[in-house]
Amino acid sequence: MEKIIAVEGLKKSFGRLEVLKNVSCDFAAGGVVSILGPNASGKTTLIKSILGMVLPDSGSILFKGKSILNTFDYKRHIGYMPQIGHYPDNMQIGQLFKMVMDIRQQDAVDTDLLKAYQLEGMYHKTMRTLSGGTLQKVSAALAFMFSPDVLILDEPSAGLDPLAADALKEKILAERANGKLVLITSHILSEADEISDHILYLFEGKIKFYKTLPDLKMETGEQKLSRALTQLLSLSSC
Amino acid sequence: MLKIAKYIIFDIIRSKVLLAYTLLLLAISLTIFMSDADVTKGLVSITTVILIIVPLVSIVYATTYYFNAAEFTEMLVSQPISRRNILLGKFIGISSSILLAFIIGVCIPVCLFAFSATGITLMVSGYLLTLSFVSLAFLTSTITHDKAKGIGLALMLWFYFSIIFDGLVLLFLYTFADYPLEKAMIVLTALNPIDLARILILLQLDISALMGYTGALYQQFFGSGSGIIFSLLMQLVWILVPLFFALRIFKKKDL
Repeated sequence: MEKIIAVEGLKKSFGRLEVLKNVSCDFAAGGVVSILGPNASGKTTLIKSILGMVLPDSGSILFKGKSILNTFDYKRHIGYMPQIGHYPDNMQIGQLFKMVMDIRQQDAVDTDLLKAYQLEGMYHKTMRTLSGGTLQKVSAALAFMFSPDVLILDEPSAGLDPLAADALKEKILAERANGKLVLITSHILSEADEISDHILYLFEGKIKFYKTLPDLKMETGEQKLSRALTQLLSLSSC
Repeated sequence: MLKIAKYIIFDIIRSKVLLAYTLLLLAISLTIFMSDADVTKGLVSITTVILIIVPLVSIVYATTYYFNAAEFTEMLVSQPISRRNILLGKFIGISSSILLAFIIGVCIPVCLFAFSATGITLMVSGYLLTLSFVSLAFLTSTITHDKAKGIGLALMLWFYFSIIFDGLVLLFLYTFADYPLEKAMIVLTALNPIDLARILILLQLDISALMGYTGALYQQFFGSGSGIIFSLLMQLVWILVPLFFALRIFKKKDL
């Protein structure tokens, strides 16, 4: 399969704390990759490095074969949904969408989530008046809006109500069927179990394993991801 | 970058803090002009107030806004736009909103009541002072990592430029009283944007005679055409240099 993102020997430390210790992995088109791991294992740092928000100490990241160092044009092909969406207080939802359209010079081609979350009727509302869940919906709609090749979702379902989380899940599966790459970090294993093709497990800044979900289940003989994970992790720690 | 600036202006002009700042400036200028028939005296009073309030509000508001929009900055960085354009867009957006407040609160009353060379100097100095303190705010915001430290540093800078600096100058004058300090004083003045603004305005008012020998020297230097150009250039340096360093830091900063 065609590699979209290739991470090679990525290292990053904040002060004395080594967050990523030599991480190398490839991501191919048409699949959902769940990045799992305990808190402070480097999940968000890995994602932020790919987005160019964190600048790695060494190693390289290639996007469609080109290094992302000191470039920004590749972000045209990425939709990002942050863990906590927070926008200027007095900005209206409609203004935010319009600003991003202006920056990307693209039109909103994919309005499925806008419709599912009924955001179109709230364009005049300012960000200050929105609840945390609605802000998450805005972030999600924004990530999918330009139908990018790669979607990066940082803990997408945290704060979403069950119906909204379900709509998001369906949207993710639909985009996978369209040949998109979806990277998700999550702590909710049952959710990762339902939608993932690959599991990337990070532990203390290193990749513990990076396998397809069926392989993982077969190796451990378990039916559920949560149990397979417990088995793998308890084995290796002994 | 102008696209970002546009939406930031839309956001800020609806904030209550900026509205309060505009009304405060407007109230100060109107009361001073209404209560005193002597327009020149009025300008002196306004100068005194502006030299304290404008830097304070500019640096604190810009720093607070910068930190409150931290997640928004992250979102912008994830979009196809360079970091340089993001920071400059923010600078243009924030500084033009604060300038708008200054225009409504000070420039309009000055134009109505005291339109003169002094009035124009006052307005230009106010613009430049606003810009240089927003620029300093960007430097403090990019150096520090959390909001409390950032605002603390911003307040310290304001305190330094408006109060401590003058104390240091006095100490310097007192210590080296036996030496000719006239040239050194001009250099010292250039090290503080507030002093530059103050001297430019006061010299327009022809009350520098009250300032003794140094005042006469200031009059000779800053009153001349090249002196005015020198002080305007120094003010520009105070705008561009902090912004330049903020840009360099922001390009390499982890968000």
